[in-house]
Amino acid sequence: MKALRHRTLSGYSWLMLVFLYLPIAVLMLYSFNESRINAVWSGFTWKWYLSLFDNRQVMNALWNSLSIALVSSVIATVLGTAASLAMKHYTQRWRTLFNGLTYLPIVIPEIMMGLSLLVLFSQMHIELGKMTLVMAHVTFSLPFVMVIINTRLADMGKDLEEAAQDLGATAWETLRHVTLPLITPSIIAGFLMSFTLSLDDFIISFFVAGPNSTTLPLYIYGLVKRGVSPEVNALSTLLIVSTVLLVIIAELFRRKDSKSLTI
Amino acid sequence: MKNGKQLRIMALPALVWLGALFLLPMLMIVALSFMQRGTYGQIVYQFTLKNYARIIDPLYVQIFFDTFFVAVLTTVISLVCAYPLAYYISRMQRSAQQIWLLLVMIPFWINFLVRSYAWVIILRSQGVINSFLLSIGVIQEPLPLLYNFGSVMVGMVYTLLPFMVLPIYVSLEQMDRRKLEAAYDLGATPWKAFWHVTLPLTKSGVMTGSILVFVSSIGMFVVPDVMGGAKSALMGNVIQNQFLSARDWPFGSALSIVLMLLSMLLIFLYYRASQAREAKEGTA
Repeated sequence: MKALRHRTLSGYSWLMLVFLYLPIAVLMLYSFNESRINAVWSGFTWKWYLSLFDNRQVMNALWNSLSIALVSSVIATVLGTAASLAMKHYTQRWRTLFNGLTYLPIVIPEIMMGLSLLVLFSQMHIELGKMTLVMAHVTFSLPFVMVIINTRLADMGKDLEEAAQDLGATAWETLRHVTLPLITPSIIAGFLMSFTLSLDDFIISFFVAGPNSTTLPLYIYGLVKRGVSPEVNALSTLLIVSTVLLVIIAELFRRKDSKSLTI
Repeated sequence: MKNGKQLRIMALPALVWLGALFLLPMLMIVALSFMQRGTYGQIVYQFTLKNYARIIDPLYVQIFFDTFFVAVLTTVISLVCAYPLAYYISRMQRSAQQIWLLLVMIPFWINFLVRSYAWVIILRSQGVINSFLLSIGVIQEPLPLLYNFGSVMVGMVYTLLPFMVLPIYVSLEQMDRRKLEAAYDLGATPWKAFWHVTLPLTKSGVMTGSILVFVSSIGMFVVPDVMGGAKSALMGNVIQNQFLSARDWPFGSALSIVLMLLSMLLIFLYYRASQAREAKEGTA
């Protein structure tokens, strides 16, 4: 009886994995399909990938995506790390308030953040473009960086820092020589997370991108809306592969971090 | 910590940033919802309540209703799909758990526009399913699998499922297993033990997951846009339209504020209801 139930549960879980991965696998498979009409398999080809590299709009969107992701994740990581480190020196009430401000952007529907930023930029007469995209991307990644680093700081305890202080280190010295090295893996994980979030964002970018600052997801949306071209499959596949690689690298850093905790 | 006070200043840049680019824009939306729209789509700074009055129009009430219906249904289906999976993962060995969790999370990281589009390839009339069924002769005409309510639901559940699995897994992991053993010792059947012990003990995970899925589906406009066609406009699509095509920002702001208030109200009621249920069970 128990074995049977376990088999049912295991079968069900595998089925869910199939449900999660089948569409992605099909998409990737058809990016190598010779035929323009997707569903009929007419032979293997690289040509959709090759035509991507000849496509100036695609290369431009790729460049926009990468540069915006890099700049915004550096800013978000620096601001987030500094804020998380400073937070424990505040009184409980201020910390609660600040935490509220930090977590709110995570739970508010993305469309709200997108359109509210559009209103802000237009009222301030800031022209939509790469700069507004960077500002928006920092705003939504900052809370995630802080959550990652806050979790790590909470797990870490105070022993090592207190030991450093007992040995005469100032607050700054403790921060530089004890706390920062200990949370470096989390900082890298936070950076990679905000880089991925930025690379991936569609909804918020949709509202704050200018005509000359199309990112990859925005370009893909345009292709999807205009009708199907096999180039979308190739481009999506590249996006999928790079996302998966980034997630795995971030996960490795996170694990390294939790291992160093047990020492 | 002594001397720690000087470190407080490091929180300032992030505080200022979130204040200027998160709080301020939100307040501007609130203010904007009480303004008027000029003839050319510009904003006329004159107080009015007519944006809110306009929402009572049956057309918008219906769209609100549809949006909440889709969101609730998405939440319930995701919960039913996710719980057994999370349960199964939580019973594995530690190393297998890590791999399965990563496998569940990876699709969540993949751009959801791309994921919705993947379903388009499968479901459209010359898509994978229809081509297959046509080629083996089961059907003569392609089935209308895409651009309907069903395809929107598939897309929503598919996109949001990982949001449900993770919190439920976490609460199953943290659960006190001794209580389950106690239930078995007292003669509970596995099903009864699950219903009266495991499920109540993992309520916080269910709640977190449900709220995450619900909030995300409330504002969704991409999945209905890509997989639902013109027929299934949800509130997210209408708001997007008001901002980018109709250029009626005050009305769009009012719609989004009502949407947010209603969803917060629902979450609050859900929270209260489960608290009340817990209190009742506590006294029984």
